[in-house]
Amino acid sequence: MDWLGPEEWQAVALSLRVAFWATLAGLPLGVFVAYALARWEFPGKQILNGLVHLPLILPPVVTGYLLLMTFGTRGPVGGFLQDIGIVFAFHWPGAALAAGVMAFPLMVRAMRLSIEAVDPKLEQAAATLGASRMWVFATVTLPMILPGVITGAILAFAKAMGEFGATITFVSNIPGQTQTLPSAIYAFLQVPGGEGPALRLVLISVVVAMAALLLSEVLARRVAKRVGGA
Amino acid sequence: MLSVSLNHHLEDFDLDVRFDAPRGLTVLFGGSGSGKTTVINAVAGLLRPDQGRVSVNGQVLCDTKAGQWLPPHRRRLGYVFQEGRLFPHLSVRQNLRFGQWFAPKNAPREDMARVVDMLGIGHLLNRRPNGLSGGEKQRVAIGRALLASPRLILADEPLAALDDARKAEILPYFERLRDNSDIPILYVSHSAGEVARLATTLVALDGGKVVRQGPAVEVLGDPMFTPSGVRAVGAVLEAQVAAHHDDGLSELDAKGARLFLPNVGLPVGAPLRVRIAAQDVMLSLQKPEGISALNILQGRISQVRAGDGPGAIVSLDTDAGRVLARVTRRSVAAMGLSEGLNVYAVVKTVSIAPQDVGG
Repeated sequence: MDWLGPEEWQAVALSLRVAFWATLAGLPLGVFVAYALARWEFPGKQILNGLVHLPLILPPVVTGYLLLMTFGTRGPVGGFLQDIGIVFAFHWPGAALAAGVMAFPLMVRAMRLSIEAVDPKLEQAAATLGASRMWVFATVTLPMILPGVITGAILAFAKAMGEFGATITFVSNIPGQTQTLPSAIYAFLQVPGGEGPALRLVLISVVVAMAALLLSEVLARRVAKRVGGA
Repeated sequence: MLSVSLNHHLEDFDLDVRFDAPRGLTVLFGGSGSGKTTVINAVAGLLRPDQGRVSVNGQVLCDTKAGQWLPPHRRRLGYVFQEGRLFPHLSVRQNLRFGQWFAPKNAPREDMARVVDMLGIGHLLNRRPNGLSGGEKQRVAIGRALLASPRLILADEPLAALDDARKAEILPYFERLRDNSDIPILYVSHSAGEVARLATTLVALDGGKVVRQGPAVEVLGDPMFTPSGVRAVGAVLEAQVAAHHDDGLSELDAKGARLFLPNVGLPVGAPLRVRIAAQDVMLSLQKPEGISALNILQGRISQVRAGDGPGAIVSLDTDAGRVLARVTRRSVAAMGLSEGLNVYAVVKTVSIAPQDVGG
């Protein structure tokens, strides 16, 4: 396709990579946190719930700044990670981290709803049949919440594709390293004559977002049918 | 043998229960709020009792004093729940196999084909639970419990959610289980009919305490035992099918005495139990003649127990076994009913409900 320049392609490819890793890394943690919030009673549950949802409510710039303070090379966690060779700030994994944090609440909400819909009596029944907690989760809970997990993952992917505020604050806007789709659109709009490339990237954003939504609907419906409409 | 001893504080009352369940089927009997579901859940490990000890054939499942606790998945149970609780995302076949995935490799294994055949669920194997009728679901649930290689079978009112026709469909499976298996069965119920048909041993609970326990036929024939509701009082006779007649009646042999019932649907020679509700029994001082009732049993009165109201329960030892009759206190006085008197018990053939008759 000639209508996208190399710089624009770079932005699209980077965005896909960032969103992919943000979703994949967030999935196990998302399922765990959603399960804990849906099923367990523990001290600090409301605090955990608040922390998970904070990125949804805070200005993205604030989230980005907090990430920079924590995971920047001078931050407490970032400094330690730098010593063992992992650098988030101003590198693409940082963009994935920012996107993952911003997408996390959406993912957890979808999963938590589907976990709450699973009757704990079925999990009890599985336990009486000899399944340990891990096996109950693997053979009963997880298959039954699969539609919610898929919906959550795809929503998170779409959100990660479009994350802007926290990303640009945390890892800046470096072409080829941290310039994701929205950052590229923003950059194009800052220079004269950039409307053309910007519009093309906007179209791509719209298509990706729509495709993600449709895909999640179709997949969730198909899986829901397979697991018995539960 | 299952041994249970539990103390547990509940919101409304304190549970204080101690009983043994030998081989066969033990019914935990009681009204709602008697604590029977709490007991069965403590045996299953779904509830941690404040104090107690539960053991099956010598293996301790829970002993609060010794600090022993086996989680439910290591107790090797077959639990049949009231609502079936089949896994909706698995086929019937996968539901049946679920317990086998986790059973120890050296556990005695029930043959899948035999269980499927016994329960008549062969045509359902590839279907999902959502499309099954209530009776079919419950049969699959029984199969699932059996195939888990259990050391103990638990059933919590497994028939309560079914209509009478479905109940009649499921009851025979529990009878077969009771008669063909060495695994103790603990069965929670509030239905006197189920107790009469199924129970080898009866443990009656009320307000969290055991009020009676013992062999079922003995406890049910005791006029002092009056479970909830007058309709529930009734003794059980053990009999054999002697013949089937052309007019739709079955003739039973109860230790020499003859009983006539609407066709019982069992082959000649088959053993069965008949529950005779006390309120369906009339008493006569002379041998009645020229009446329509077919079942007349002679016996000696062993006890007369006047209730709080106008009624009394008369306990009669007949050749067929003990029969309870509910009559008015006025009749007791007018007929001079007292211990040692010879009387005739009259039971209308059609008043014996089909759910009170079983193998």
